[in-house]
Order: sequence, then C-alpha cells, then structure tokens
Amino acid sequence: MLTFTSLLAGLVFGLGLIVSGMANPAKVLGFLDLAGAWDPSLALVMVGAIGVGVVAFFAARQRTMSLLRAEMKLPTARQIDRRLVSGSVLFGIGWGVAGFCPGPALVALGMGELKALLFVVAMLAGMGLFELFEVFKRRRQAAVLGSA
Amino acid sequence: MSIAWNVFTPWSALAGGVLIGIASAMFLLLNGRIAGISGILGGLLKPVRGDVGWRVAFVIGLVVSPLVYLQFAAVPQPQIDASHVALVLAGLLVGVGTRYGGGCTSGHGVCGLSHLSPRSLVATLAFMGAGFATVFVIRHFFGF
Repeated sequence: MLTFTSLLAGLVFGLGLIVSGMANPAKVLGFLDLAGAWDPSLALVMVGAIGVGVVAFFAARQRTMSLLRAEMKLPTARQIDRRLVSGSVLFGIGWGVAGFCPGPALVALGMGELKALLFVVAMLAGMGLFELFEVFKRRRQAAVLGSA
Repeated sequence: MSIAWNVFTPWSALAGGVLIGIASAMFLLLNGRIAGISGILGGLLKPVRGDVGWRVAFVIGLVVSPLVYLQFAAVPQPQIDASHVALVLAGLLVGVGTRYGGGCTSGHGVCGLSHLSPRSLVATLAFMGAGFATVFVIRHFFGF
C-alpha cells in the first residue's frame, strides 16, 4: 500500500510540475532572470504548494503515525552550517545554468527529452560523488580516531 | 526589472502549485515522509534493505506523469536551451549541491517552508539567490 501511495504521490507531483510550467527550463530561467523580462509565474507555484503544505505539516505534527500506520518521519535537523549553505549555493548555480532542478528533470525525461536524460545522468553522477566524498571523510575521521 | 506580462501564467502556476502541495501532503500524511526529490533519489545510491521500493515508486510516478497528462491534453513541450556541456556541468552541480545542502526545491522549498523550518528558509534563500545571480551573470554579463 505504501509503495502504491508513493507512486501516486510521485505522479500527482509530476502533473503539478507540468501544469505549473516548472517542467519547462525556459520558463524557470524566465523566473530566475530578474534583470531581464521577468516572468513571476513560478512565485505563484510556491504560494499554491506552500498554502496546501502548511496545513498538511500542521496536521502531521499532531501525529506520531501516518494515516497508513507508517512512522511519521518529520525532519529533525536544525543546524544551519556551512554544509547547508554551500551545498545550496552549488545547487542554485546548477539550477541557474540549465533551468532544471531534480523533479522537473525527471518529468522532462519522461517526455522523452534526450537533453533531460543527459542532465539526469550527470545529476546522479554528482550524487554518487557526494557518497564517495562521505566515505573518504568517514575513513579519514576513523584514521584520526585510530591514531589518537 | 520589467515584468513579462505576455508569458505570465498566474492561474496555471497556482493550480500546478496546489497539485504539488497536494502530492506533498498525501505523501506526508499517508507515508509519513517528506516529498524531497533529491533525497528520495540520493537514497537509491546507497540502498538500504526495505527502503528501496517506495523510492523507486515515487520516481516512476514522476517519470510517467507526462504519459498520464497526455490522456487529458497535449503535453507542453519543454524548451531546453542549455548546451550539452552546460547540462552536464549543471547536473553535476545540482547532484552534489542538493546532497550537501540536504534538499532541493521540493524538500527545502516546498516541504521545509511549509514546516516553517529556519534551516530550509536559509537553504531556499541560498539556492534562489545563487540561481538569480547565475542567470544574471550568464545573460547580462556574458550576454548568452
């Protein structure tokens, strides 16, 4: 059941990205181009999504189990550090270069766009690099602890 | 700044946003999870037993959404102007950046802000700011 509702959520999310125009990089770049002929549409995507989201998160905070009896996994991380900011800045630069963020790229892939496939493969490689860096970091920390 | 009224689509943007909100709300209240796409995808690169199926299902939902949309109307054609080199560079940056930053437009931007998380507000301001700055440099400094 949880797998089915996950599929459904992904599907509705994707439909929202298509309807809103987020799945079109040219539209996204039109929004990010404040100094040019600015298209403010995507600000309204955030307004619509957060308007619904605020209510859902309020309801979720009152529960420890989901409606399907899964554990309610609300984020607990609170720290605002260099990792959060520098990672987000790198993401923002990539977003500004191509006009794709992860969700819309997967939707455009489903439209059969070869350029979206290229982006998605590179994005997965980037995510793989992150996992690799994390392994090195843990090894280094273990080595430091071992020599201490 | 001038507003491009000719391409401004407030109603479809708002309607699409509401659909994204409904999807995130469903996922949260039924599955108890955050609809953060970079996190869902990234978790597949370090698979943990029993934690793979729902991730794959969500990604399949996203990828087949254009096919479902097609049953009701013609799918709007995306316009991807970036060159192949730019797409690879952008993909790498988005992949590394979203994993270090712990989220993307969906996880921090939609879910985090809905959860009134200061951490997500900082992340959202950082990636939006970087996005605005990058487009400014590319379009108005280098003139692409």
